[in-house]
Amino acid sequence: MKAIVCVKQVPDTSGKVAVNPDGTLNRASMPVITNPDDRSAVEAALRLKDQYGCKVVLVTMGPAAAESMLRELLAMGADEAYLVSDRAFGGSDTFATSQIVAAAVHHIGLEPGDIVLCGRQAIDGDTAQVGPQIAEKLNLPQVTYAADIQVHGSTVTVRRMLEDGYMTIRVDTPCLITCVKELNTPRYMSVPGIMGCWDKPLTVLTHEELKDEPLIEPDTIGLKGSPTNIAKSFTPPQKGEGVMLEGAGRETVEDLVSRLTAKHIL
Amino acid sequence: MNMINWNNTDTAAFHGVWVYCEQRGGALMSTDLELLSQGRHLANELGTELCGVLLGDGVDGLVPDLGGSGADKVYVCNSPLLKDYTTDAHAKLICDLAQTYKPEIILFGATNLGRDLAPRCAARLHTGLCADCTHLDVDMGTYLEFLREHSTLDEKGIGAESLTARFASDLKMTRPAFGGHLMATIVCPRFRPAMATVRPGVMVRAPYDEARAKAVQVIHPDFSLTEGDIHTQVLETVKAARELVDLLGADVVVSVGRGIGSDVQKGLALGQELADVLGGVLGGSRVAIDSGWLSSDHQVGQTGKTVHPKLYIALGISGAIQHLAGMQDAGCIIAVNKNEAAPIFEVADYGITGDLFKVVPMMIDQFRAAKHAKAAV
Repeated sequence: MKAIVCVKQVPDTSGKVAVNPDGTLNRASMPVITNPDDRSAVEAALRLKDQYGCKVVLVTMGPAAAESMLRELLAMGADEAYLVSDRAFGGSDTFATSQIVAAAVHHIGLEPGDIVLCGRQAIDGDTAQVGPQIAEKLNLPQVTYAADIQVHGSTVTVRRMLEDGYMTIRVDTPCLITCVKELNTPRYMSVPGIMGCWDKPLTVLTHEELKDEPLIEPDTIGLKGSPTNIAKSFTPPQKGEGVMLEGAGRETVEDLVSRLTAKHIL
Repeated sequence: MNMINWNNTDTAAFHGVWVYCEQRGGALMSTDLELLSQGRHLANELGTELCGVLLGDGVDGLVPDLGGSGADKVYVCNSPLLKDYTTDAHAKLICDLAQTYKPEIILFGATNLGRDLAPRCAARLHTGLCADCTHLDVDMGTYLEFLREHSTLDEKGIGAESLTARFASDLKMTRPAFGGHLMATIVCPRFRPAMATVRPGVMVRAPYDEARAKAVQVIHPDFSLTEGDIHTQVLETVKAARELVDLLGADVVVSVGRGIGSDVQKGLALGQELADVLGGVLGGSRVAIDSGWLSSDHQVGQTGKTVHPKLYIALGISGAIQHLAGMQDAGCIIAVNKNEAAPIFEVADYGITGDLFKVVPMMIDQFRAAKHAKAAV
C-alpha cells in the first residue's frame, strides 16, 4: 500500500491580487504557497503512514521552482517526490493536466492497495476538475469532498460532504479521494524533517520519461491537447462611486434611512 | 480505459441543449430550474431543443416542473441502482445517452455532486468543461454586448471581428477567476458536447410556464446499468439536523466579519437582530466561519455562496477579494467598518466609518421605525 498525493503550487490569492494591463494575472508579484486543500491531502496521507507505515509519494506538475514546495512537503514527512515538468506540458487545461498527471501516476506504478489523494480544488482556478479527471483516466473509483477517511484493509470509508449534510461512502482500493480542508489540520515541518528533506528522492519527469505512457499523445497534452481555450480574459468594471456618509452618529443613520427610503430599498 | 472512442470533432452532427437535472431524495435542486431557464435562452439562440436528463428511482413525477421551467423533453432513467447518487452510475448513463443522442451542450449545476460528476463525464467524452460559470452565451451579438457592459475592454480589446471569425457558434462560458478580479470566457471549439457547470444562485429563474409543463415530452431511453458498473457504495446520507440558512433566496443579507471579534456574542446578536428587522438572513465572511463564530452554510464569498440580495449589509468586513466575489452584485450594499481604507467601501453604495457596536443599534432602531412608518401608510 502507498499513498500518492497530487499537489500544486499556487499564487496566494488570499492577499492582494495583481492584474497586468492586458487582463492576465501578474504571477511574478504574488507569493506562492502549497494549495490549501492539497496540504490536507498530504496530511491525510501522512496519517495513513503513521497508522499503517505506508509510503507517501508526492506528484506535482509545474515549473522547476515547484521543487521548493515538494521539499517542504518532504520535510513534513512524505517519502519521495516527482516533479512533472516540461515545456510540452505547458498551457494544459484541466483535461490535458489530468492526462499528464495520470500518466505520471501510472509511470510511478499504481498497485492494488494504493490510494491516490488530491485536494478538492486549487485556489487559482477553483475548478475541482483535475481530481475526478485523473480518476477517470486511471479507471479508478472516486470519492470527492472527503471530510473523513478511514482505511480498514482494502476498504476505505469516506465521509463525503454535501451542501446540507454528508454521505458515508465505502470504496475499495485502489481509489482516488479528493480532500477538503475540514478533513484535518496539516502538521508543521519537523526539524529532523527539514534536515532530511534534501536527501529524500526527488525525480523530475519530463516528456522524455513519459512519452511511452499510453496517455501521452500530442493531441491530448499541452495547449494543443486542451479541449478548452480562453477566448477572452478581462477585468470587470469598477462599480459606480458609492457614497461615504459623514460621521457615525444618529444623524448619519438618519441620512442613510432617508436615502434608502427615497430609493424604495427600505 | 473508460474513454469512449467516438468522433466528437464533427461539431455539426451535435444538436440540442441538455441540462443534467440533479435530484436528491426525489426532490429537484433549485439549480435545475435556474439551468433550464438559462438553457431555454441558449436553445432558442441555437434554434434547437432543450432537454432535461433526470436519473433516479421513480422520478417521473418531477418532469412537469422541468417542463414548466423550459424543457421540451426530459430523458428519464429509473432504477433502484439510481436511488442514491453514485459517480459511476450517473457518469455511465450521461455518457451513454450523450453518445446516442449527441447533444451540443450539457449544463450541470456547480453543486457538490455536479462538480463530482461533470469532470468525470467530460474526461470520458473527451471534451472541454468550464467550471462554475456565471454567464453563458451562444449568440455573438449578445456576447459582445455583455463584454461592452461588463468589462473594461475597449473595442480594440474586445476584437469583435476576430471573436466572430473564431467562435461564432460556440458556447461562450464566462467565469470568475482569482476571486472575481479576473473574468475569463472559455470556449470548446473543436469538440462536442461543450460542457459547463453553473454556479448556483446566479442564473435567473424564469416564471413557471403552465403550457410548457403540460406539453413536455417524457422519454424513457433504453439503458444498461448493473451493480458491477458501480464501484462505490453509499452507506448513508445524512441531512444536517439544524435549519439551513437560505442565503441564496434571501432579499436581505446581513453579514458579519472580523470586526465583531472584540465581542462575538454581541456582534452576532446585533447582526441577527438587524437581519430580523429587515426580514433577512445572517451571513458571514471567511473569518467568521473559520473562527467558528458561524457554521459554514452562512459563508458568503468565493468559497462560500454567491448572493444577489436586494440589500447587502457588511458589518466589520474588510472586503477581501474572496468575499467581494460572493456579494458585489447585490442590488445595494451598505458597509460599516472602523477602517476607512477597507476595500469593502470600494464596492459599497453607502459606507459608514465607525464602530459597528455603536452604529448597528441605531440602525436597528431607525430601520424598525421606518418599516413601521411604511406599514402605517
